Amino acid sequence: MSNSAKAEAVLALHRFGMGPRPGSIAAVGTDPRGALIAELDRPLVLSAATNLPTSAKAFRTVADANARRTARAKQAQQQAKKQQMASAPAMSEDQTQAPGQGSEKDAAEMAAKQAAEAVPDPGRPMYLQEAKLRTEAALAAEIGFAERLVWFWSNHFCISANKIQSMSGAYEREAIRANTLGRFVDLLLAVEGHPAMLFYLDNLESMGANSIAGINRNRGLNENIAREIMELHTLGVRTGYTQDDVISFANVMTGWTLVPPGVDPQHGGEFTFNPRLHEPGGQTVLGKRYEQEDAEQGRAVLRDLAANPATATHVATKLARHFVADEPPPALIEPMAKTFRDTEGDLKQVAITMVSSDEAWRGPPSKLKRPSEWVIGMVRATGITVVDPVRYTGGQELLGEALWRPSAPKGYPDDEASWIDGVGRRLDVANNFAERITGTADPQAIIEDVFASEIGADVKQAVGRAESRQQALALLFMSADFQRR
Amino acid sequence: MGLVNHLPTRRELLVGSGALFAWSQMPRLARAEGRDPRLLVIVLRGALDGLGAVAPVGDPDWIALRGDRALVADGKTPALPLDAFFALNPAMPNLHRLYKTGKAAIVHATATPYRERSHFDGQDVLESGLTKPGMTSSGWLNRALVALESGGRVDPRGSRALGIGSVTPLVVRGSAPVMTWVPQKLLPASADTQNRLLDLYQHTDPKLATVLQARMKLASLDGAMGTGEAMSDDPTLAPPGIARVRAYFAEAAGTAARYLAKPDGPRVGAMGFVGWDTHIAEGAAAGQLYNLLGALDGAFASIETNMGEAWGETVVAVVTEFGRTARINGTQGTDHGTGTVAFLIGGALSGGRVIADWPGLKSEQLFEDRDLKPTTDLRAVLKGLLRDHLRVDEKVLADAVFPGSADVKAMGGLVG
Repeated sequence: MSNSAKAEAVLALHRFGMGPRPGSIAAVGTDPRGALIAELDRPLVLSAATNLPTSAKAFRTVADANARRTARAKQAQQQAKKQQMASAPAMSEDQTQAPGQGSEKDAAEMAAKQAAEAVPDPGRPMYLQEAKLRTEAALAAEIGFAERLVWFWSNHFCISANKIQSMSGAYEREAIRANTLGRFVDLLLAVEGHPAMLFYLDNLESMGANSIAGINRNRGLNENIAREIMELHTLGVRTGYTQDDVISFANVMTGWTLVPPGVDPQHGGEFTFNPRLHEPGGQTVLGKRYEQEDAEQGRAVLRDLAANPATATHVATKLARHFVADEPPPALIEPMAKTFRDTEGDLKQVAITMVSSDEAWRGPPSKLKRPSEWVIGMVRATGITVVDPVRYTGGQELLGEALWRPSAPKGYPDDEASWIDGVGRRLDVANNFAERITGTADPQAIIEDVFASEIGADVKQAVGRAESRQQALALLFMSADFQRR
Repeated sequence: MGLVNHLPTRRELLVGSGALFAWSQMPRLARAEGRDPRLLVIVLRGALDGLGAVAPVGDPDWIALRGDRALVADGKTPALPLDAFFALNPAMPNLHRLYKTGKAAIVHATATPYRERSHFDGQDVLESGLTKPGMTSSGWLNRALVALESGGRVDPRGSRALGIGSVTPLVVRGSAPVMTWVPQKLLPASADTQNRLLDLYQHTDPKLATVLQARMKLASLDGAMGTGEAMSDDPTLAPPGIARVRAYFAEAAGTAARYLAKPDGPRVGAMGFVGWDTHIAEGAAAGQLYNLLGALDGAFASIETNMGEAWGETVVAVVTEFGRTARINGTQGTDHGTGTVAFLIGGALSGGRVIADWPGLKSEQLFEDRDLKPTTDLRAVLKGLLRDHLRVDEKVLADAVFPGSADVKAMGGLVG
């Protein structure tokens, strides 16, 4: 491989993939664009995930645990009260120990709390197991372009594990991963119809004012999902929709909910359309009338939103911003948006258009890797393929990009300004990671074998002069060559 | 970042005490003598300035060499007198006390066979016990244990070594099993690492340089106000003030001592301390080096205390990959040199002396007109300790522990 071919392979791995790992530069070969495109032809399934529960099963398991927890707490509380009543006469004779009403209540509550905590939360181990498989898939990928696309869409259509931990990993597998290389409309339908998203964006309790439930319970609409779908997921903010469109669309989405686990132990946690919550009659969204009477009404609106030219531009811009530059050139965005429109949102074709464009390769490495990309890159460089999910997710949290826990539906930001202040924390993480691996990782060997020496002379010198292998590794991982792409 | 290495490893986390017994931990010959020796090796990574630690104040060329940066017996902070010729860095009162009571010795103008100037290679030579660097998989201390085992001198169950830190030092790695203990508090990136990174950013990425500089400024303000811990919500991420370095050294060394002192614990151990690569603003009498030596001195006290009764049968060898240039460089620091010092402490030691075949400090007496010329092979010192303290066979030392060192005679009389 010539030097320039090696340089382009390294750029391909940093910019579009998960960063170089042992052997990956040779595997990319002299045709990085072709290698990236070829990776999109491989199936994007997590074979190791076959043993993991579906999102519905995960939800039911947590619901079961919660039910047991409540029952035990109640039982413990009652028992504590009974004991207090039994011992009350004796205690009243002992003036020094006479407990007030308040402490009796406290004791009962304490007993209830302890009884509840004795039932472990099954959501966290599920989250950790999902995190482990997802991370190991990124470590194992030859280039990681397809995995990066999964991460991109997972962040675009984010939910938060703070709100729904048990489903967070399964949601990504079922809705995102399965559609990452398919058509945008299918991805959109899978995401918005997924119980995790409906839960996250508060649609479970949303009901039409004139629906049966709405009339009976005198409650109503929640606009959240309608607004976020238009603002974040499809058209993009300030693209011409009005508050009336949001309300109409929210009415359209009423009834999209999940099966309550208590009602149906077999199908609890699965998607269902509940007509009792649904606002009857037709709705007008973006000037078009939708007269369907069931979930088809929502699907029709989602199909039209997916086909809207504003969506094509929004998606193309976000993709280009994520992969190429904070301010991506219009000459890159335009062809991507055109491909989106021409192919009815074929996401694989949009990705191919991106990596086939010279514009995507021309600019200097100006993007600051997000913490998740940077960490994976660091681990890949050392050849490690197995992670301890407790430490891994803890580290991600420390760096401000906790896995599946963004603070808002907008997901994690993608620009340098949002992340650059965290570089100091990265140094602490790099230093600790370097300390952990310095017995098995040789910085010179990483530079020569993993990066094929495609790293700046300044970095090579700093690494060569470091006082310890640990320091050398920390400097290597913290270098601009490694953090920028 | 938390990861599990998938490579097979002999290391295992030391949880509580193992199911091992005191008698099985002991070299058999030593046991026959009624002894139960302990050996702890501390590697100072980054190349300690031996002249900044132990100054040849009686050498007529000393002042000329270091000028106003020279440690002197009547300086602002006077160096602590060891004998008529040498004086100890004033940051080390514990070492001075041990020395005065015969429980410490200092070897000066010493070095491994390595004569180049790369830290990694120098550390490889120091810890592998070989004469040339290379990615070696075992260290001399581990091979010493293996040798004891195959010679039937030690019960196989007793051949465990202790490694302190998340990186087991190469010196104890090898086929004899190693238990490791990882301090709960990880030391954040050192000021030195931050400075190097800043230098790198200043040459390559001004934006990153600005961010890092701001953080370092905040950390230094923090240190001045003494509120380093309070500023951070995570104690492991507080700026690395010298107080934290001191605490880390003392905790790590003290824990090593506690494990070695246990009746059923390991009998040899190794640990590393980083931060000795003082290219800029070395500060021997007050500053970076002074602070680090003070932290090391605190670690000595911590070992003595935590060893308890076992202190009397303990030897601690403190070694570094090489020394530093004899002259001060343009940035008030020193660069990579050759000859340096080794500290030996412990209740088992026959000390109270500086062991040196002094080469002199005139230009023509320096190695390559730059460094203190090494006159004592560090392997002679280490062989002496292994032979007389652990009772490793001399031929084994020459063939297996320090291969090809037959002509390097073990130094006698180090232990009492």
